Amino acid sequence: MSTTTAPTPSIAPASPRRLVDFVLRARTFGIVGVLALFVLITTAIQPRFLHADNVQFILATTALYALVSVGETFVVITRNVDLSVGSVVGLSAYVSANMFQAHHGIPIPVVFLVGLGVGLACGLVTGVITAVGRVPSLVVTLAMLYIIRGVDTIIVGSGQVVANALPNSFINIFHATFLGIPDVAIAVAMVVAIAAYYLRSFRSGRELYAMGSDPDAARLGGIPIGRRIFGAFVLSGALAGLGGVLWATQYNTIDATAATGLELQVIAAVVVGGVAIFGGSGSVVGAALGALLLQTISSALNVLGIPSLWTMAISGFLLLVAITLDRGIQLRLAAALRRRRVHLGA
Amino acid sequence: MEPERHTLKERIAPLIRWESGLAIALVVVLILGNSISSQFFSSYNIFTLCTNIGDLALLALPMTLIIITGGATAGLINGLLITRVGLPSLAVTIGTLTLYRGLANVILGASTVSNFPAPFNTLGVNGFLGIPWLSWSVALFLVFAVITGVMLRMTPFGRSLYAIGLSQEAAFHAGIRVKRTKLLLFVASGLVAAAVGMLYAFELSSAGENIGIGFELQVVTIVLLGGVSIFGGKGTILGVALAAFVYAGLRSALLLTPSFNENDFQVVSGGLLILSVLIPNVASFVERARMLMRRGHIRDRRKVLALADAEVLDRD
Repeated sequence: MSTTTAPTPSIAPASPRRLVDFVLRARTFGIVGVLALFVLITTAIQPRFLHADNVQFILATTALYALVSVGETFVVITRNVDLSVGSVVGLSAYVSANMFQAHHGIPIPVVFLVGLGVGLACGLVTGVITAVGRVPSLVVTLAMLYIIRGVDTIIVGSGQVVANALPNSFINIFHATFLGIPDVAIAVAMVVAIAAYYLRSFRSGRELYAMGSDPDAARLGGIPIGRRIFGAFVLSGALAGLGGVLWATQYNTIDATAATGLELQVIAAVVVGGVAIFGGSGSVVGAALGALLLQTISSALNVLGIPSLWTMAISGFLLLVAITLDRGIQLRLAAALRRRRVHLGA
Repeated sequence: MEPERHTLKERIAPLIRWESGLAIALVVVLILGNSISSQFFSSYNIFTLCTNIGDLALLALPMTLIIITGGATAGLINGLLITRVGLPSLAVTIGTLTLYRGLANVILGASTVSNFPAPFNTLGVNGFLGIPWLSWSVALFLVFAVITGVMLRMTPFGRSLYAIGLSQEAAFHAGIRVKRTKLLLFVASGLVAAAVGMLYAFELSSAGENIGIGFELQVVTIVLLGGVSIFGGKGTILGVALAAFVYAGLRSALLLTPSFNENDFQVVSGGLLILSVLIPNVASFVERARMLMRRGHIRDRRKVLALADAEVLDRD
């Protein structure tokens, strides 16, 4: 505003950035804190909770949600949303697992590729309609949620894949561990790490954030918005497709209703993990931690013998708290930044 | 200008509207339905069709106003909440209420039965005013559609909704109370949802088959198929009403074909939703591109496409 005094210009940008950094880190610490608190209380009541088997189970079930959350995070950061992931997981789970019934002795990597392909195809369609057709993602993915589920129902018909049809080596993927940690959790952690590095350090990754915080400015700044949104949806579809194969390894029995409503859990994980639902901020690590938190809560309630109905109520409550906190922090942050700018006269 | 001077193209231009397309589509759907099955125009089938569409069409009215005002995102999320959480709970609440009422009747004896409002019991079975094919929900919808349509077209409040949808800021500076209007619309939509919830509970026996597909998808599909722009500022109640009947007719006709079931219609419904936003988008893109080409300032094809794209983007 005022151009009269400009004391030590080097401090002006540094301080707010430190503040933003602090808040972002505090948000991640917040999830870890809640997680630790939950584990402590549950273990105090029921020591069985921290038994290796249970911890392994929590990590393995988290893998699927964390994987799909990574794709959803990419989409949400650009101020879009993907409501179709649950249907993609369901379709991919059936199509990939059905490969074992249709072609005996098919190699497992091929099955993973099939799941990836199903997800890619769904993501491509959503991406093209959103990015090229300029149809709002809320509308497209709501429609795709039902279209993909409908196609799934048509393909499945009255049949289903049962555990007997799946080879043991496939079912074991979910149970296999390395140094006590489930293989699937390690694999997904690697995906999360790569995605986090990409979002943090790549130009196109940063552009996703720019689009989310101010779409008009991003367009005027020359960011290829259509291409980036397309990419985000293709990634979300692809990861949901892989998630479908994980779903098949975990549940083994797959019919047309597989993974119905999964999108709500994934979006809950993303938002609880500190990704702003209106775009522009958040991280995949946070989203993965959000998924871990929700799975831990659900397992804790299970171990404590509380009806599973409460799981939904509690994750709903957490979602509300997360959104309210998020909004509150943002308002505070904006006010603090404004005040600081006035103080420094920048 | 004398009327003879108008070319044919100019004379039919006002007739080329989304609504006329819908009217043609409605006729086509009705002919299609009749050719698929002679049962299509039976009183029973029309009544079922009306029962199924009435609730959705009623919900579509406030949703139309909200989307015209440019609150598509908030409207959709609101709709999602109401239809996913609110409606079922309302239906369940009223359902259990009647259950308790029934229990009370058993305990208290037959004397109280006569106090039970009988017309409500038969709401989903009997037609409106004794007309066998006309369901209560559609009759209510038609009444409210006329009221909403007149309000939207002819009152300052109605016009202000379009103004807000086209430019919230301009509307604000023109003295329209933007926030209050939006709040009012959301309250209205909540009220309608509650009313529809009650209607739905009374109808449950006959409308049960419609639960398969999400309410929110169907309501949004009807509104957008009706020519209401998802970007706000455009749309008519006539279009939405026509779209509701096109949708219901198509559903009924397809379900009468032996090999077609509710799950297949789920795909059709989603496709309709996407197409009703995609077609106007592509049309406005093509129109912009052609106008830019005709002006002749820009010869480079790629530049024309980019500019047209930017203008299409600028609407929201």
